[in-house]
Amino acid sequence: MTLETLYDIARSTWVVWMVLLFSSIVLWAFLPRNKKRFEEDANIIFKDEENGAKNHG
Amino acid sequence: MTDQSGPMTSASVIPVYDDEVVRKFVVATIFWGVIGFAAGVLIAFQLAFPALNLDLEWTSFGRLRPVHTSAVIFAFGGNILIGTTLFIVQRTSKVSLFGGSGLAHVVFWGYQAFIVMAALSYVLGFSQSKEYAEPEWFIDLWLTIIWVIYLVIFAGTIFIRKEKHIYVANWFFLAFILTIAMLHIVNNLAVPVSWTGAKSYILWSGVQDAMTQWWYGHNAVGFFLTAGFLGMMYYFIPKQAERPVYSYRLSVVHFWSITFLYIWAGPHHLHYTALPDWTQTLGMTFSVMLWMPSWGGMINGFMTLSGAWDKLRTDPTLRFLVTSVGFYGMSTFEGPLMSIKAVNSLSHYTDWTIGHVHSGALGWNAFISFGALYYLVPKLWGRERLYSLRLVNTHFWIATVGIVLYISSMWVSGIMQGLMWRTYDELGFLQYSFIETVEAMHPYYVIRGTGGVLFLIGSLIMVYNLVKTMKGHVRNEAPIGASTAKA
Repeated sequence: MTLETLYDIARSTWVVWMVLLFSSIVLWAFLPRNKKRFEEDANIIFKDEENGAKNHG
Repeated sequence: MTDQSGPMTSASVIPVYDDEVVRKFVVATIFWGVIGFAAGVLIAFQLAFPALNLDLEWTSFGRLRPVHTSAVIFAFGGNILIGTTLFIVQRTSKVSLFGGSGLAHVVFWGYQAFIVMAALSYVLGFSQSKEYAEPEWFIDLWLTIIWVIYLVIFAGTIFIRKEKHIYVANWFFLAFILTIAMLHIVNNLAVPVSWTGAKSYILWSGVQDAMTQWWYGHNAVGFFLTAGFLGMMYYFIPKQAERPVYSYRLSVVHFWSITFLYIWAGPHHLHYTALPDWTQTLGMTFSVMLWMPSWGGMINGFMTLSGAWDKLRTDPTLRFLVTSVGFYGMSTFEGPLMSIKAVNSLSHYTDWTIGHVHSGALGWNAFISFGALYYLVPKLWGRERLYSLRLVNTHFWIATVGIVLYISSMWVSGIMQGLMWRTYDELGFLQYSFIETVEAMHPYYVIRGTGGVLFLIGSLIMVYNLVKTMKGHVRNEAPIGASTAKA
């Protein structure tokens, strides 16, 4: 099987790959064991600030 | 002191951020905003009263319309986007800008030069005749250089970040910057007639050109006006509400559903044209699927306030931000609806489209930008608070009434126009001549213009308020929502 035929097969089924890829992202996002890390990530924006405003008088 | 115990935040010292350039972008946003809104009011009244074209080629509707669209999208919207991305990426990466303040200033002045060149070229009669991509080849090349420097600064800052995770707003911003670069380059592939002249011919022809243009045009809406501004939403709403986003996991799905789906939606601008039917149907299908990120974003924005809805009573800045999410939800519900072929056969080429665009542009893009400006100015100029919260409130209501006048009049006018075009008499002839439809739309054009005037007045109130804030003045006023004598 040449690379070309492989490419043709992969290309004709791209919608399947896209759906699989997207579904795994959704799965990853909602996996219970990832819950904690995402909650921490959401709080990144509160880690600085205070002196952000103080940089300038 | 803030808690700095997160992973990899070895540098417990928060760096000094490059905010000088952000301040410049904020000022430019305010300046171009007023110009763009004023240009919109002018051309709205030109449609109602053609005498306002002044019988001069430079002030005719055809030349001023791209001045308006470019001023509001690329000058007002572009400056607030670049400014806020540079503000947010530093704070969520805990580093100052990659390339330093100097390189960022190249982007600032280079971008303003792009805006001035584009506007001048339209007035003088140069145009590629591509909607939202009117500038001729040399201006396109200039913007490409500036945009790549911007990408290098933004991506470089993420690359040297001191925070382990890349906050979701930055994902949206990166998608925005990358996609706009790709769209801009492909849609503007043109051959200049000469190296010393402005005129060029586009590489594509016929329906390929149309499809490339609307692949560009719709994704400019998708990645400039939607993804970019969503990044702002994911920073400013949690910040102003002082609580993390409702669901970070939903924001991950929101991001990927937008990037997976939006790029295919362009063909809905070419329903019932020479574009192959299957392409039209594909565009329609993907457009309808866009309801998914639409709801994902709206739920996430709104629900961030759950348990803190009372803040809306006392915080008009938050009101701007949250109302913008409402308009985001409305206009991204309306968009897929209009992309359905049967609906499009009525709505296309009518004022309904104009109303739809403005519910997104005024309600979503401008409102979230106003909220961001009211958030940023006190911070960037080191002021304790805004000059006047009551004036923010006044701005909010005047602008909201303006939007309602605009979108309701255009909705009625558009549907009327579409119905008049397709009405036959008993002998099978068209019932109305074109000029009769124009006549029927006149009152709605006046209402639309009036809505625009209100929106412009609101923005002038904002200018006054923000200039006063920058100067460090504080207005002596009763706080909003404080229990009045009645309560």
